[in-house]
Amino acid sequence: MKRVGLWVGLGLLIVGLVSAGRSGPAEAQAQKTLVIAIGADQTGMDPQTVQNNESGFVMSTIFDSLVNYRPGSSEVGPGLAESWTVSPDGKVFTFKLRRGAKFHDGTPMDARTVAEDLDRAINPNNPCFVPARKGVDTYDEFTFGSVKDNSVAKMTVLDEFTLRFTLPDPSAPFLSSLAMIWQGIMSPAATKQYNCDAGQHPVGTGPFKFVEAVRNDHITVEANPNYWGGRPKVDRIIFRIVPESATRMLMLERNDAQILADVPPSDYARVQNNKALQLYKQAGLTILGVGMSNDLGPFKDRRVRQAMNFAVDKDAINQGLYAGATTASQGMPPVLWGYNKSVAPYPYDVAKAKALLAEAGFPNGFSTDMMVYANPRGYNPIGGAKLGEAVQSYLTKVGVNVKITQYEWGAYLARYRRQPWEGFAIAGWSGDNGDPDNFLGDLFEWDIANGRARANNASRHHSPAFDRLIRDARRTTDQTKRAALYEQANKLLHDDAAWIFMNHTNQVRAARANVKGFVLNPLQMFFNMELVSLE
Amino acid sequence: MLRFLRWRLLQLGPVLLGVSILVFFGMHLIPGDVAQLLLGDKGTDADLQRMRHQLGLDQPVYIQYFRFLGGALQGDFGESIRTRQPVIWEIEQALPVTVELSLAALAFAVVAGLLIGVLAARFPHSALDTGSMVGVLVGVSMPVFWTGILLLIVFGGILGWLPLGGVMDGSLTVRRITGAPLLDGVLAGSWPIVWSAGRHLVLPALALGATAMAAIARMARSTMLDVLGLDFIRTARAKGLAERRVVSRHALRNALLPVVTLVGLQLGLLLSGAVLTETIFALPGLGRLAITSVLARDYPMVQGVVLIAAGVFVVANLLVDVLYVYLDPRVRYQ
Repeated sequence: MKRVGLWVGLGLLIVGLVSAGRSGPAEAQAQKTLVIAIGADQTGMDPQTVQNNESGFVMSTIFDSLVNYRPGSSEVGPGLAESWTVSPDGKVFTFKLRRGAKFHDGTPMDARTVAEDLDRAINPNNPCFVPARKGVDTYDEFTFGSVKDNSVAKMTVLDEFTLRFTLPDPSAPFLSSLAMIWQGIMSPAATKQYNCDAGQHPVGTGPFKFVEAVRNDHITVEANPNYWGGRPKVDRIIFRIVPESATRMLMLERNDAQILADVPPSDYARVQNNKALQLYKQAGLTILGVGMSNDLGPFKDRRVRQAMNFAVDKDAINQGLYAGATTASQGMPPVLWGYNKSVAPYPYDVAKAKALLAEAGFPNGFSTDMMVYANPRGYNPIGGAKLGEAVQSYLTKVGVNVKITQYEWGAYLARYRRQPWEGFAIAGWSGDNGDPDNFLGDLFEWDIANGRARANNASRHHSPAFDRLIRDARRTTDQTKRAALYEQANKLLHDDAAWIFMNHTNQVRAARANVKGFVLNPLQMFFNMELVSLE
Repeated sequence: MLRFLRWRLLQLGPVLLGVSILVFFGMHLIPGDVAQLLLGDKGTDADLQRMRHQLGLDQPVYIQYFRFLGGALQGDFGESIRTRQPVIWEIEQALPVTVELSLAALAFAVVAGLLIGVLAARFPHSALDTGSMVGVLVGVSMPVFWTGILLLIVFGGILGWLPLGGVMDGSLTVRRITGAPLLDGVLAGSWPIVWSAGRHLVLPALALGATAMAAIARMARSTMLDVLGLDFIRTARAKGLAERRVVSRHALRNALLPVVTLVGLQLGLLLSGAVLTETIFALPGLGRLAITSVLARDYPMVQGVVLIAAGVFVVANLLVDVLYVYLDPRVRYQ
């Protein structure tokens, strides 16, 4: 008899587990909770010490920077600083901070507390000096310069709400760098309390407060009712870590998640055909191309580089292999200011390519090498090998025979970045701070002082006229004037054909249709989530 | 028995040492520089040098190994390169989830496998027998990622009976006691948590246990058929024992030995299957940790995870050996 009872009980349990259905016994959803499904866990949430997207996704709801990007844009607007001035020589930046803002732990936000946090970035005597910490990925030297080569910025607290930075050299991109989520301001009390590492206990001033993080499962943040930018419209955001994209898609369809941080191309139609869902898509902050050795072999001749651009059907490749990525024509993506709209991509024109090759003295083409890698990158979701093969087959048609060698990613980087390779190599970049200088300067500028290409200018593009424009733009403080300079530089770069310009991968997200006020930001972070509501 | 246990535990040392050497040098054989990978397409030469030095990668490989070994012997596996958290901490977060999942999968595999196997053997060549054996063949042949996705789409997506992954509903939080969600719910005495964690465990356990269940069912059927034909069964029946008692008391216990061996072997499969199951069902377990760490070339993390997994595997097999003693009075260990 006892046995029978046991079996009946077990049966009931199973029936119960299954039939409890979708609602379950959980409390009524009086609270508005927004679930965002992301593919991987954060690796830390102390802005100055991490560089990966997932950490950034979460941090962009918790932290403000001195200046913030304007909603849906890479332009810099007010953040913790309400206003700022830049000296005419472009070296001195003075910020007026807003009054009455507080960190989530109650610490008042003022020039002193902000300076205390940023001191970690620039003062080697600070016990928490970030660039010296073991294995830390930091943008501190990128933003503030490095102590070692005396390029570091000087910081002065002028009064309770005024903070000043003095740079050794004029650098207009400094503002954009300050706006990065990687320069979000952490409560100095938290840094102290957690012994320089508040990465799992983040305390910011942003629209949401950190609640908890369960490793590889979820991160919860809740609305900060006192946010200076207004109370958020949802009560909580839960970032759910769901590595499998098929599972994420089901969660969105079942309303278990309301936003997907990324969507594979195979699911675009599935989202678009579902009335309850909406697809968000725009060109990402990336560029992909096939680099050429601008200083070696046939590629020394600009006509050869142009011929290569004419010889490849970029639109076909972008449709076929890159799910409709935006075709590139210049050194940076169209979501940035300074993009030259009057420059069109090189059309696919085999005859023109052959003519240019003949003009350059290669009527029968030539043979050369190409280095590729296999793994996917943010700016190249299908990996380098497939792109290489597609380009190779196009180039055969104009008599250019390409021998492809594939390297493991780490080995590829070592060769690509540190050796004077000749021929082709897959090139690409994801932007850091949303400033045009971060594309044009980093990827295509010559380091005049040291007489060599800059570290990321692996194709060794060298054009004094281009370099002059980039340098002038860096010293100009007016953004409209800077944009005009970058537009000229982009035109020069297009004509120089430093790479075969391929595409800008799309930033794609999906959300339930009842999610209102959600906009993509070119920086790909979840900025301005206080404006998002669930209807 | 104690001597046997001590001897087996002593063997654990060399096994783990061997595993550590294999993993360590295997990881270092992969071309490419971790520091370079961490910096990606960014960073200067100076950054690279600094990173190498900080991670100790500028030392000869064998020195790096001895450093690691020295730490590991004191229970210190170092810090994860990726997250900069102690490796041990990361494993503590993940291991209980995987253990709970594996045990649930094993429980399902053993109970369902035995049930099917015994029933099939009890009525050999009947429709029940053929039908279940065909089903079982399908179960053996289906890879875990396929079973998982299928279960997820049908029961989670289309029917919507069971949750789509994760360990429990987002609205619930449980105080961390053991780290295994269901067990923590029981310990905390909270029905909503037990309920939610239980429902979240059903599909992953079915997916992970399906292959093992099928193997056990086949094994149970064939051994059961053998045993049921033996003389002592005839004797038992002749004594007038009820058929149910003959099967459950006399036959089953004798048929169980090969099944137990099989279960021991399946444990390894369960651990490796956990990688895929945890990925599909978004469970924060050891398998997930392993795969992310391998992909990120997180040396200390990979070494830690593999050593712990190897240790768990060895200990689990030891438990199986001990179990023999209780099942089979003829077995004695010296």
